[in-house]
Amino acid sequence: MLVPGAEFPHLCTQCEDYPCVEACPFKALAVNKETSAVIVNVDKCTGCGKCIDACPGKVPHVHPQSKKVLICDLCGGDPKCTKVCQEGGWNCLKAVDREDHEFKLYARAPEETARNLAIKLYGEKAEEFF
Amino acid sequence: MLGYAGKFLEVDLSKSSFKNITLPEEWLKDYMGGRALAAKILSDRLIHKWDNVDPLGPENILLFMPGPFTGYFPGGRTCVTGKSPQSNGMVGSTVGGEFGVELRCAGYDGIIVSGKAEKPVYLFIKDSDVELRDASSIWGKDGKQTDALLNRECRRLLAERYPRVGVWKEPAKLYIGPAGERKVRTSVVVAKWTHAAGYGGYGAVMGSKNLKAVAVKGTGPLPEVADLEKIKQMIDVVCKGSYGNVLWRRWGTGGGGYSFGAETSSEPVRNWQEEWHDQRSYGVDQFENKVWVKPAWSDFGCPTNCLKISCIRAGKYKGAITDNPDYELQAFLGPNLGLFTPEENVYLSSLIEDLGMCGIQGGSVLGFAAELFQRGILTKADLDGLELEWGDVDAFATLAKKIAYREGIGDLLAEGTYRAALKLGKLKGKNLLPYAITSKGISIGAHGIRSGRDFSREIGYACSVQGGDHSSMTDLPIDGWGSEIWQIFDDSAVMCIFTSFSISPNFRYEFYNAVTGQSLSRKGWLNGGGMKTLQIQRALLLLGGPDLKWNPKVDDDNPERFYEPLPSGPCKGQAADKASVKQKVRQYYEQAGWDQNGIPTSETLVKLKLEDVDKILSKLRG
Repeated sequence: MLVPGAEFPHLCTQCEDYPCVEACPFKALAVNKETSAVIVNVDKCTGCGKCIDACPGKVPHVHPQSKKVLICDLCGGDPKCTKVCQEGGWNCLKAVDREDHEFKLYARAPEETARNLAIKLYGEKAEEFF
Repeated sequence: MLGYAGKFLEVDLSKSSFKNITLPEEWLKDYMGGRALAAKILSDRLIHKWDNVDPLGPENILLFMPGPFTGYFPGGRTCVTGKSPQSNGMVGSTVGGEFGVELRCAGYDGIIVSGKAEKPVYLFIKDSDVELRDASSIWGKDGKQTDALLNRECRRLLAERYPRVGVWKEPAKLYIGPAGERKVRTSVVVAKWTHAAGYGGYGAVMGSKNLKAVAVKGTGPLPEVADLEKIKQMIDVVCKGSYGNVLWRRWGTGGGGYSFGAETSSEPVRNWQEEWHDQRSYGVDQFENKVWVKPAWSDFGCPTNCLKISCIRAGKYKGAITDNPDYELQAFLGPNLGLFTPEENVYLSSLIEDLGMCGIQGGSVLGFAAELFQRGILTKADLDGLELEWGDVDAFATLAKKIAYREGIGDLLAEGTYRAALKLGKLKGKNLLPYAITSKGISIGAHGIRSGRDFSREIGYACSVQGGDHSSMTDLPIDGWGSEIWQIFDDSAVMCIFTSFSISPNFRYEFYNAVTGQSLSRKGWLNGGGMKTLQIQRALLLLGGPDLKWNPKVDDDNPERFYEPLPSGPCKGQAADKASVKQKVRQYYEQAGWDQNGIPTSETLVKLKLEDVDKILSKLRG
């Protein structure tokens, strides 16, 4: 919660051009043909973090214990996060069809999203929060 | 006839007189309403003297036309039309909002306005009570003030006259801003701050008639229909289809500002010098996260809610408020002027709307001026001391105000891109038309043809009877999906294309039949009303005048820029092909029943029972 009073998700946005997959020097990342999600081959992953650098939103996260990278695999095509969000009526996450849309634009670093949100909420540059 | 209120309101502003008229039932059957019926009315009354009718003179007729779908089909729209001061033909311009619904509930199928009021007036309609009221206190006010003052006055009147009713919701209004009052050819007829009947320049027509606004409150039911149960079911289908369109509902056309640049490479960038940009600062998420304070905003009866409210809370542009902006305004008041942030775009959009100018035509003329400055054709001295650099939002804002108030250079640019290019060209002794990205006097909408990735087609603008109108493009074959005939249906019914993505092509005819009890089919429209309207509009466009006439040999073409290769982006080097365009134009003439000069043939017109149009056109055939 970088801005008081507002939480926001920082999740993989399923880019169409897969900068993370392209960036991996060990070919540890692959695209699942069925779901189009990025799948991590944990045997090949070295935790180097190149995929994090390549991601426009810095979304991938290296697990502190296993030292392997974590990327959303869409729960095999049936994402649980959207399910629970819909069940709870928050209506914040929703599974939508993969079409020609600019999902990639939503891949932003949390600081950037938070700053935008602060501008919207407070109408200021909101620098005091950072 | 079922589906119609049964009468039209005719207003003569010169005599301050009103009368209710009925139109022949065959007209309603053939032409439905909206754009098509307006074309018929205009041709019936004015075609014999069309080339002498000054669009900004009292003899022009201004029409406010809902259609049989208005109020029933989700998302209400109204067609505003007359002789266009931009194309000198007729442009069926539609505007969202409940105006048409209120008008039909008040018992009218449309308003036909002629003449010119002596002093500023506005028309106030409460069911069958119609009056012209003094508008001197709102004349000169900007869009948002006009809306507020009209609301206050109309609600006070309603409360006084109907004291026991309780609280009145505000009447639906169409009004003009300062630009319309000064007959700026790029001005619009506005509803609710941000909605506008843009193409055509009908704000200037209202201004020329001294008509500041039309306010209407209808308390009656909508006209009776043939099969109400079926309509209810069909409305349900349309709504469900819209609900399913999750991302369209979330973003509206607001995703276009980035994607039509980055993906389809068809967005005007710096007056169409480029059509590609990849500025993530202009992404839809930036609009959504920074400036959309209300993520869902629906018009009356609209299941799509593709509108959002944008607001700038602090800083230099504090107080700017508008809708998304939608894609066209994002493009023309953004990349087209070298601007790539939501804040600047919202600020300019809000300003343009306040001035009552068209975002597309206004943005185009601003971009045109900036390109002339870039090329050294317009100098700082010409621009009254303005340095019109790409990306300088304050300079563009100043120039927009100058245009709306016709001050200095603004007086010339207020004539619209095409006419300004002619006039400036004369002054400078240069041909400036290559920098005017227009078709038949109308600036082309923000969907370029060079990349071939957008829905716009090579001859879409060149052969359209509404010039650069991106919502009335055409394509070969004339009975194919891209033909203008179907756009004419939508503008005549009158329905919103953004609520109808999910429906099948035949759905709209079934809907029409359920409303009116007729048995119209796709083919019937193609060979009947649709084709007739196309021919009438083409005839009016070619008759043109008094200041400009179009020569199909020259003007049924794309602006020169579209033949220059794209300088950047994934489609770099691509351009329209002149030979292929020429050939397709000829094919289109043939399929539309026009001769080799692009004039509808006698045979075509007689077959469609348009003998009166044929008689007038004979003078063009020579």
